[in-house]
Amino acid sequence: MLITLQNLFKTYSMGDNAVHALDGVSLTIAAGDFVAVMGASGSGKSTLLNILGCLDTPTAGAYLLDCVEVSRMSRTQLAHVRNQKLGFVFQNFNLLSRTSAIENVELPTFYNRRFSGKQRRQHASEMLERVGLGNRADHTPSQLSGGQQQRVAIARALMNNPPVILADEPTGNLDTRSSVEIMALFKQLNQDGITILMVTHEEDIAACAKRRILMRDGQIVPTLQPADKAKP
Amino acid sequence: MNLWMIFKVAIRAIFRNKTRSLLTALGIIVGIAAVIAVVAIGQGATTMMMKEINGIGNNLIMIFPGSRNQGGVHAGSGASQTLTAEDGEAISRDLTHLVRAVSPMVRSGAQVIYQENNWSTQIQGVSVEFPDVRSWEIANGVFFTAADQRSGTRVCVLGRTVVDNLFPNDDPVGQSIRIRNMPFRVLGVMARKGSNTMGHDQDDVVIVPYTTAKRVLQNSIFNNVNMLMVSLYSLGDIPAAKEEIGSLLRQRHKLSPNADDDFSLIDMTEITNTIGSMTRLMTILLTTVASISLLVGGIGIMNIMLVSVTERTREIGLRMAIGATPSDILMQFITEAMVLSTTGGLLGVLLGTFGAKLVGTLQQWPILVTESSVVVAFLFSAAVGMFFGFYPALRASRLNPIDCLRYE
Repeated sequence: MLITLQNLFKTYSMGDNAVHALDGVSLTIAAGDFVAVMGASGSGKSTLLNILGCLDTPTAGAYLLDCVEVSRMSRTQLAHVRNQKLGFVFQNFNLLSRTSAIENVELPTFYNRRFSGKQRRQHASEMLERVGLGNRADHTPSQLSGGQQQRVAIARALMNNPPVILADEPTGNLDTRSSVEIMALFKQLNQDGITILMVTHEEDIAACAKRRILMRDGQIVPTLQPADKAKP
Repeated sequence: MNLWMIFKVAIRAIFRNKTRSLLTALGIIVGIAAVIAVVAIGQGATTMMMKEINGIGNNLIMIFPGSRNQGGVHAGSGASQTLTAEDGEAISRDLTHLVRAVSPMVRSGAQVIYQENNWSTQIQGVSVEFPDVRSWEIANGVFFTAADQRSGTRVCVLGRTVVDNLFPNDDPVGQSIRIRNMPFRVLGVMARKGSNTMGHDQDDVVIVPYTTAKRVLQNSIFNNVNMLMVSLYSLGDIPAAKEEIGSLLRQRHKLSPNADDDFSLIDMTEITNTIGSMTRLMTILLTTVASISLLVGGIGIMNIMLVSVTERTREIGLRMAIGATPSDILMQFITEAMVLSTTGGLLGVLLGTFGAKLVGTLQQWPILVTESSVVVAFLFSAAVGMFFGFYPALRASRLNPIDCLRYE
């Protein structure tokens, strides 16, 4: 299994009350899966994604990523895990403004020693080709459409060849046409063998995933899978 | 993240807000420029003063008559008449291992006249060794001889200022001038010496043999002098020489062991020390002023770095999400602050040097920009950047990536 969560808890203390953002979540995701996480706001799906993305640590429980226990790691160790194993795609793209597309794509390799300067530029331009923006390398985010900006962000997520991509409402700020294009790109990447975990609240976006997880009150709700949906 | 990358990111961040960066650096620029300029001007002045002091004479000890104690009553300094030209000859004779040359000095003022010109000046009665003692050359003609000194002939050597006033057109050598209505033959003219540290014109002088000054001009039968000037072979011998001269004079003046000296010894090391302590005082003042201005500049940098951290919260969050460790973020912001402050430091050094040179040219003032002051200023500005950049950078490195990514 690429990702294994065992009885995960995340508790915030709000004054005297303890709020359980995650209340005993167990989950396994195999390599090559494409999972949509759904749920109302406050259901704990963002907390789950933050912990899966190694941006946050659980209060209790175990999280094995690629057979490594990461839930008790230091901030520095988590940073290395994020750099090596994970790619992030955000709702609002989070590109550096006044910085060209290719330099945005190169950014994750600044924090490892994988590439020399020339290789880095070469690899970044390959990643831009892969998302279909080979001819926009020198454009800054303000010169690109929303869909194009999200593609740059995806190219950036691919830069370190991570096994997992985590997407937080990747089509939330996009029009329908761009959304369809982005989802097509995700499907393509998934076919290339990348595991994708995507938070969304749109049915038709979630429909692109191989399976879906519904969150409610910090717990995973057993739900019908797309495979079962065919039978009424 | 390697250093070169961090440096490049810092440069880019600084150039993104050019006006703001320049204004922030201005605090450092002004502070460093002020220090460089004032140090350059001060160093130049000190060097000039030192040069002048050396110009007074070769490793000189000056002996003045001291106060006289008669029946418990002290007269003022210089009242004693026991210091004589013979004392000088004794020093020259007995302390040959230390002393190179000795000259007495008998001073009096007089009106000197040549044809229709006249000029009020100082008459200095000295010995033949005077040019050597004062390291003062004869520009024109000759100095008087030992024979002149022995017999007290009426000959003189003129300073340039006297020549300029008495002989606007003529060559003075071989002419006769009148001092107190007595004719004196001009043997030569001294080279131009300029003003001394006190601003006194050293060229406004007529030099005669001290014997002539005593017998002819002062009409005195005594042999006491205003001062003895002793020139040593080496500057390092001054303490030893003072010791030996002191005991020799006490012996010659037949002073009992518990009596006060009836003379005083002054040497250039004392004046040099005075100037040295003045320089030290100036350095302390400058350092204080510089520290305050750099403190203010540093606070400006800290302020702007805090603003920058807040402005770029989302960027920090993103960098953390894609793998920047807390120390990467810390390094990035400290480097940015240091690039800002050292750029300010470099510009300050340039501006300060330029300013000092400008003052030097306009005011005819000697300027000395020392390498050490430039290096110290530069290192200091780097240290200011590191010190004042640390807190904002630490704040940035401790931010929570989740909060940063959500920050609006």
